Amino acid sequence: MHVTQGTFSYLPALSDDEIRAQIQYGIDQGWAVAIEFTDDIHPRNVYWEMWGFPDFDAKDSAAGLFEVNRCREAYPNQYIRVTLYNPKLTKQTIGLQFIVNRPGNEPGYRLDRQESNDRVIRYTLVPYANEKPHGDRYAEGAYGDYHGN
Amino acid sequence: MAGTVEKERPRWLAGVIPYKTMGYWRPDYEPEETDVIAAFRLIPQDMVDPEEAGAAVAGESSTATWTVVWTDRLTAHENYQGKCYRVDPVPNTNPQQYIAYIAYKLDLFEEGSVPNLTSSIIGNVFGFKALKALRLEDMRIPTQYVKTFQGPPHGIINEREMINKYGRPLLGATIKPKLGLSPRNYGRVVYEALRGGLDFTKDDENINSQPFNRWRERYLYCIEATKRAEEMTGEMKGHYVNVTAANMEEMYKRAEFAKETGSCIIMIDLTIGFTAMGSMSKWARDNTMLLHLHRAGHATYTRQKTHGVNFRVLSTWCRLIGVDHIHAGTVVGKLEGDPKAIRGYYDRLREDFNPKDPERGFYFDQDWCHMPGIMPVASGGIHAGQMHQLLHYLGEDVVLQFGGGTIGHPMGVAAGAEANRLATEAMIQARNEGRDYMKEGPDILKKAAKHSAALASALDVWGDITFDFQSTDTLDTVETPTASR
Repeated sequence: MHVTQGTFSYLPALSDDEIRAQIQYGIDQGWAVAIEFTDDIHPRNVYWEMWGFPDFDAKDSAAGLFEVNRCREAYPNQYIRVTLYNPKLTKQTIGLQFIVNRPGNEPGYRLDRQESNDRVIRYTLVPYANEKPHGDRYAEGAYGDYHGN
Repeated sequence: MAGTVEKERPRWLAGVIPYKTMGYWRPDYEPEETDVIAAFRLIPQDMVDPEEAGAAVAGESSTATWTVVWTDRLTAHENYQGKCYRVDPVPNTNPQQYIAYIAYKLDLFEEGSVPNLTSSIIGNVFGFKALKALRLEDMRIPTQYVKTFQGPPHGIINEREMINKYGRPLLGATIKPKLGLSPRNYGRVVYEALRGGLDFTKDDENINSQPFNRWRERYLYCIEATKRAEEMTGEMKGHYVNVTAANMEEMYKRAEFAKETGSCIIMIDLTIGFTAMGSMSKWARDNTMLLHLHRAGHATYTRQKTHGVNFRVLSTWCRLIGVDHIHAGTVVGKLEGDPKAIRGYYDRLREDFNPKDPERGFYFDQDWCHMPGIMPVASGGIHAGQMHQLLHYLGEDVVLQFGGGTIGHPMGVAAGAEANRLATEAMIQARNEGRDYMKEGPDILKKAAKHSAALASALDVWGDITFDFQSTDTLDTVETPTASR
């Protein structure tokens, strides 16, 4: 399956130039550039690992793209997303977020149903990959030093 | 009413005197920063001068009755009187229209109560014989009053963070046909639309609990459809179940059940009334549920230029009462709406500060004091081929609802949803890249359609469909000249 979280998941995978253009858009708005990665693709997994600090003073999208590619080298088989964060008063939230790397094989999700009273069902969504511990979830050997970046 | 007054008539002599002379016409009055201010469009009866008409509106929307009452003197009546301080003729109108500005002391209104505010401001005056026509065009709610309301249970920012979707319009669809589908078949449409790429689906305003589709069954099938779509996409999805019912007890019951099933959002109709909306807002806040409002019935009083309440005022009230979504027009779809006026409604719902601006229909500065914004919803006759226009007119903090434009797709409901999602993402990408997407819109969509038969087919079927009718309600884009001061 194809996980469609993030803006642009319905487009063909963005090229490096296209990623750079989107980062530049964020910088032009005065937003910070952050890169995050994970091997837990549950839709309610809010806190992906941070690839260093968000860059609040980014001037040029080249640096952002450079970090995206460093993160890709370290975690080629994980999900990586670019988060452009708007720190302005009355916003203080994410302005744009899109996936820039994903495992070659996305096994998808299992939906468990626990039958409850009166035909109500408790649903539990589990990424198949989560059956394995962190680091072993996607292609073998893909996982780098968890904390080292 | 407009009759002449004996020069020396004592103010408190029993009898009928013009509202003007009772203290409701105060051309010298400077509104205070704590005053609630209203701008009314009015057409007086032939024998009534505009200042008297404005004073009458001020009187009837505050303390006055038709005759002098001595019991006014038991009060500091000048404090409680509405004060019409300005009446401007609207250029090029026949019969002549006027904008009357009326200031009300904050004392007149109960804290945190839109029902109380509206009972005063629009309670009695609209049936008033001295007027041919009356319309409430705008209101300025002072900071001190704004701060007695909590506003939307979540608001735009919390909603986006809750469902983890940023930087693009959210996409929805109203399930069609809106009446007749069994709960099981209804859920099928929900599933197909959500797995195809929409974020939300929605009950329509009039699907509540009819014999062919009882609420409890519908809720169960809709949550099954929603969760299945999450499984197939890895994204958070939602279906707004309509909890509108005949009384609060029943609405609470339905909302509780929606929560129990695991739904993240419920909806209500404007027809339930301001108090019921307030109750459901409180419930939604207490239960971490998004609250969608369908503006069912609003056009009966918002549409005609010389009658009723402008939608920007209704938007103001709804932001105070507190809903998370509200239908606010499409510009390009099948329902009424002048582009600049709709921009004004959207800004009233979303922005933190609305500066006085005749171009957008704002008669006053309005400061929302960081009250969260409401997500406007564009619904009715929109489709993927209009994506550049939708983004241009409505921006990205909006739910675009493609009902027919999803479900009527020749390749099926999921393909319709995919077409809408792809068109959205392609247009956002182009905009962010700095392209002139309004001009290049059709080309951007055509290029995106090269790798999607679903989008290609949508453009084929609907590409040329527009609803180009003259708007019934238009703005006075020039500020009306000062007069009668």
